[in-house]
Amino acid sequence: MNAVLGALADGSVVAKRNLIHIKRVPDLLIGTLISPIMFILLFAYVFGSAIPAPDGVNYREWLVPGIFAQTVIFGGTITGMGLATDMQKGIIDRFRSLPMAQPAVLIGRTSSDVVTNILTIAIMAATGLAVGWRIRTSIPEAVLGFALLLLFAYAVSWAMAYIGLLVRTPEAFQSLTFLTVFPVTFIANTFVPIDNFPTVLKVVADWNPVSSLVLATRELFGNVGPAGLVRAPEAWSLQHPVAYTLIWVALILLVFVPVASRQYKRATSR
Amino acid sequence: MKRYGKVTALAGVDLVVPQGTVLSLLGPNGAGKTTTVRILTTLLEPDEGSATVAGVDVLREPRQVRRRIGLSGQYAAVDEHLTGFENLDMVGRLYHLGRRRSRERARELLELFRLTEAGDRPAKTYSGGMRRRLDLAGALVAEPPVLFLDEPTTGLDPRSRMDMWDLLSQMVRGGTTLLLTTQYLEEAERLADDIAVIDHGRVIARGTADQLKDQVGGERIEVVVTEDAGVEAARAALQAIAVGEVVVERHSRRLVAPVSGGAACLVEALRRLDSAGVGILDAGLRRPTMDDVFLSLTGRPAEEDVEGGQGSPGAVPGGPPAQRRIDLDQDASTGMRR
Repeated sequence: MNAVLGALADGSVVAKRNLIHIKRVPDLLIGTLISPIMFILLFAYVFGSAIPAPDGVNYREWLVPGIFAQTVIFGGTITGMGLATDMQKGIIDRFRSLPMAQPAVLIGRTSSDVVTNILTIAIMAATGLAVGWRIRTSIPEAVLGFALLLLFAYAVSWAMAYIGLLVRTPEAFQSLTFLTVFPVTFIANTFVPIDNFPTVLKVVADWNPVSSLVLATRELFGNVGPAGLVRAPEAWSLQHPVAYTLIWVALILLVFVPVASRQYKRATSR
Repeated sequence: MKRYGKVTALAGVDLVVPQGTVLSLLGPNGAGKTTTVRILTTLLEPDEGSATVAGVDVLREPRQVRRRIGLSGQYAAVDEHLTGFENLDMVGRLYHLGRRRSRERARELLELFRLTEAGDRPAKTYSGGMRRRLDLAGALVAEPPVLFLDEPTTGLDPRSRMDMWDLLSQMVRGGTTLLLTTQYLEEAERLADDIAVIDHGRVIARGTADQLKDQVGGERIEVVVTEDAGVEAARAALQAIAVGEVVVERHSRRLVAPVSGGAACLVEALRRLDSAGVGILDAGLRRPTMDDVFLSLTGRPAEEDVEGGQGSPGAVPGGPPAQRRIDLDQDASTGMRR
């Protein structure tokens, strides 16, 4: 118990450091905040003009949960980026030579991603409301929807922590995440319905946890139209989107918390 | 012993540092200095061998070791977005000094390292020397009994280097045990009680700076005479006191004579040159450099890419690599065994 409390106390010291970064380098946060607003506006009005209302719902309303998901997943990459930078600058060596709880750096990093993500969700929700997105369900369901987004992003943070420690430079990390996160968030029901995808892509999209996350939040916010509620999806993953998403969260954490921690213990810059 | 794939980074390092003394690991890039420091500071696990720091086993109780050490690595490990104060305060909290003590200590160290004025500015506005000082201050936050500094002055301008040396001397007088790595013999000489020369992962010589230089025997007198006619007379005069062949560079009228005996030799040489009637443009006693020590111990220049080291006159004392070892065993506070 003492070890857990110690790790949390040390983790909060590291998290404080990351939050000071956000204050000192506001361009970082502004980038994270502005890009989802830009995405919502671009997709809503550019794609929205060509895409007929999916499941009988206004496209803009249907789209916003997809943008939520994509943005929090990118929010989860900040941890990896920060760790890669710390590796490059030798700060990891300093941390590792201190008598602090070993997982504290990872705990602190991943938790500050949650704080950043809460901020971005607030901004996105406000933008969403402005373009016509609404929460049409109860407060508990809506809270569950936001919690699911944050939880999934938290799991992504741990996976990214591992990658960041592995690649050691922010440049390499950035190109790697760009090449993985973009396809993973696009081959899903994030921006367009998957019904008309070619077969192979449709199977991938059906079982892509981003699809289940997006569908789960759409359902929890009530952004699925009457048609969407009537037509049952074929894949189990999309019939039980909340459960399937939670399975992925558990899976990612079970794999990446240990491997990221092990990688951290062995990490030395250069 | 530490291997990376097929590369053996560390093969035979057997060191003992008595409490309150300074040992310098001297060697070129890639010699194994940083690997040694990383093993002793628990950042790396050796493939074979053992080490104790301040009486604590590095492999069995790494966290206990971390409580007792301070480390300043090769790259100033400061968070550039945090202020100097915030950097030190964070380190204090992570050493578990508590909120109040961490703040106090941060202010004390800023004062000690002449960073008080810059203390509330983000570290990215600091000069290289200031960052280095802040990094070193970070290593001292918990007043550790054992301190590891990996090339603390690499990349500093001469003035900052002198400043750093003064600070380190002060700390050592305070009773800290220090293990320091450096590529500069001058730095090792200035700060260390004892020097271990390390190359290809092995300690190849051990002793004080003077002992190492004597061992190398690279001390020599360099003279430049005023006229071509004086060169032969000067050669004869110098040969009488030299311990080896006097080397003559005719085009520059320069003579280099290996000697042993320091300044007294130089006085004697000047007296003899004077009585031989040789006009002197320049004369001096040259002590061995890091390159000379290396050349002598390993039979090759310190840096693989250094050219012409072999060509410079008098720089090759020759002889087989000396393997003299000086072991210090009493009251060892920091030791490492292969």
